Amino acid sequence: MELILVCLIGILYASGMYMILRRSMVKLLLGILLLGNATNILIFLLGNLTAGKPPVIPPDMKVFNDIYADPIPQALILTAIVISFGLTAFAIVLLKRVYVLVDSDDLDDLNTPEEEDI
Amino acid sequence: MTDNSIIGTLIIHLLAALLQLAFWRKTVTQRYISVIAAFLGLVSAATLFYKVYSGGILIMNAANWRAPFGIVFVADLFSSSLVLITAIASLAVSVFSAAGINRARMLYGYFPIFHFLVMGLNGAFLTGDIFNLYVWFEVIIISSFVLMTLGGRKAQLEGAVKYMALNILASMFFLTGIGILYGITGSLNMADLALRIPKVQNQSLVNLTSVFFLLGFGIKSAVFPLYFWLPSSYHTPPSAVAATFGGLLTKVGIYALFRVFTLLFTPDDNLKNLLVVIAVFTIVTGMFGALIKDNIRRLFSSLIVCHIGFMVGGLGMYSKIAMMGAVFYLFHDILVKTNMFLIAGLIRQLRGSMNLKLLGGIYGQYPKISLVIALVLFSLVGIPPLSGFWPKIYLIEAGFDTKKFLLVGTIIIGSFVTLYVIARMWSEAFWKNPSGDERIQDTFASLPQYKKTFLVLPVVLLCFCSIMIGLDAQFIIEIVDRITDEMINTAPYIKAVLG
Repeated sequence: MELILVCLIGILYASGMYMILRRSMVKLLLGILLLGNATNILIFLLGNLTAGKPPVIPPDMKVFNDIYADPIPQALILTAIVISFGLTAFAIVLLKRVYVLVDSDDLDDLNTPEEEDI
Repeated sequence: MTDNSIIGTLIIHLLAALLQLAFWRKTVTQRYISVIAAFLGLVSAATLFYKVYSGGILIMNAANWRAPFGIVFVADLFSSSLVLITAIASLAVSVFSAAGINRARMLYGYFPIFHFLVMGLNGAFLTGDIFNLYVWFEVIIISSFVLMTLGGRKAQLEGAVKYMALNILASMFFLTGIGILYGITGSLNMADLALRIPKVQNQSLVNLTSVFFLLGFGIKSAVFPLYFWLPSSYHTPPSAVAATFGGLLTKVGIYALFRVFTLLFTPDDNLKNLLVVIAVFTIVTGMFGALIKDNIRRLFSSLIVCHIGFMVGGLGMYSKIAMMGAVFYLFHDILVKTNMFLIAGLIRQLRGSMNLKLLGGIYGQYPKISLVIALVLFSLVGIPPLSGFWPKIYLIEAGFDTKKFLLVGTIIIGSFVTLYVIARMWSEAFWKNPSGDERIQDTFASLPQYKKTFLVLPVVLLCFCSIMIGLDAQFIIEIVDRITDEMINTAPYIKAVLG
């Protein structure tokens, strides 16, 4: 399971980086999304995977005697997902708006020269 | 010692923002709320600073979960003095915004977002939990995205794309670092991490993790070669917004760098040298950028990058004196950079332009305002006895102690280039005869008296603070001395948090 996840993280990071380095704004957005997911899975993996063990103490016991799943990585990922949801929503609206104004998907076209400053 | 009032400033700004949301279309009410909240924030921050200054580190356990299990807020002297300076700067920006931001922007929620941003800054300074720091960073960047795009001009949106992409990327690096750190230590509390990190067997993994933090905070604080988003975005939003950004946002990155690289990681020689090299290049690229710019705000943006190098260099030398200089410079820089962008906004009101080629003759028309601005510019350049002078002395002295002569040379050249750039700006904008261009129009003279006061008062307030820092440098040095002691000897911090 770990090996599959490690490969998946590697692929996601690599493709995310590749997408970010492209000039298209849509690819930039996709790259950011991929990187975000890669990071989330990385946190999940580094929190030590434990299958089938609940992170709660059984009702008839006082302390953990057995191996238990660590709930913190899930909490972190949940927070990160919510945050990246908000950021992505903003990013999509912003890029759409820029596309309407500049009429181009190319990041190199986003250069209003200094002479046009007020 | 536990004291729940340390998040007072944060609560005040949160409540102000929520209250303003209730008065969505009543912009006059929003202005009153904003100024009052910023003032209350200043009072609360000053109280916190006094408590920490006289009584030592204070902590607050969120929901009464003790550290390291719950999220803990820690006010040591470094945090609380930054909270105080942020409160001063945000009061100035809030007053300036009341007159300097047009009504259309206020109708789309300028003030609530501004207060959310200040809340985020306070949270980032006060938190003692590394993941919570990430969350505060996200609060800051999402508020700053909105402030940057508010108004929707083409140049603004273009700048915002670069700003957004690089800042999200920075957060991603930071989050990756946190993930790995949790994986190898099993904790998120900074004081607990400080105890656990030295015990990790594989120290090279720790060094690798620290590079993720360096990258993330490096992008946020705009160091070479990660600074490109700053000069291409900071000149686009209204000046009050640019003042908040220029004064405070990059400095949160510097704060986080100092916090992480003194409390959590102890940089090895390679990392220290890397920081020094980064600092040298940051100063050089920033100053070259400033040399060729004709727009005042573009010029100031490049100067921000240039002066970030001074602080990163101070961290890179990693001696007590160097860090004293860097922290002192941080305090000075927040006030002065905020003021610089407010001045840019004021010049825009006086002349309707920020292009040095079109400006001219401000000194002849407004000698008193020009005098105040001159004091701020002197302070930025570092003419003794104003605030920019003392930290540079410490940085240069530390450079000789640690034999980083290249950095010393760059700091001196950087200061001279700053002087040249500012002198050029002064003579072009203030002393040169008015250009007579038809695009020049004085919107300031026709403003009602109270609006004029609102525009000039914040500049005077921040200028006064800069002068006081310069004249009363002994007090600031005493504070900075204690802050660096806390950075070098982290035991009191850890003891205060973990009990």
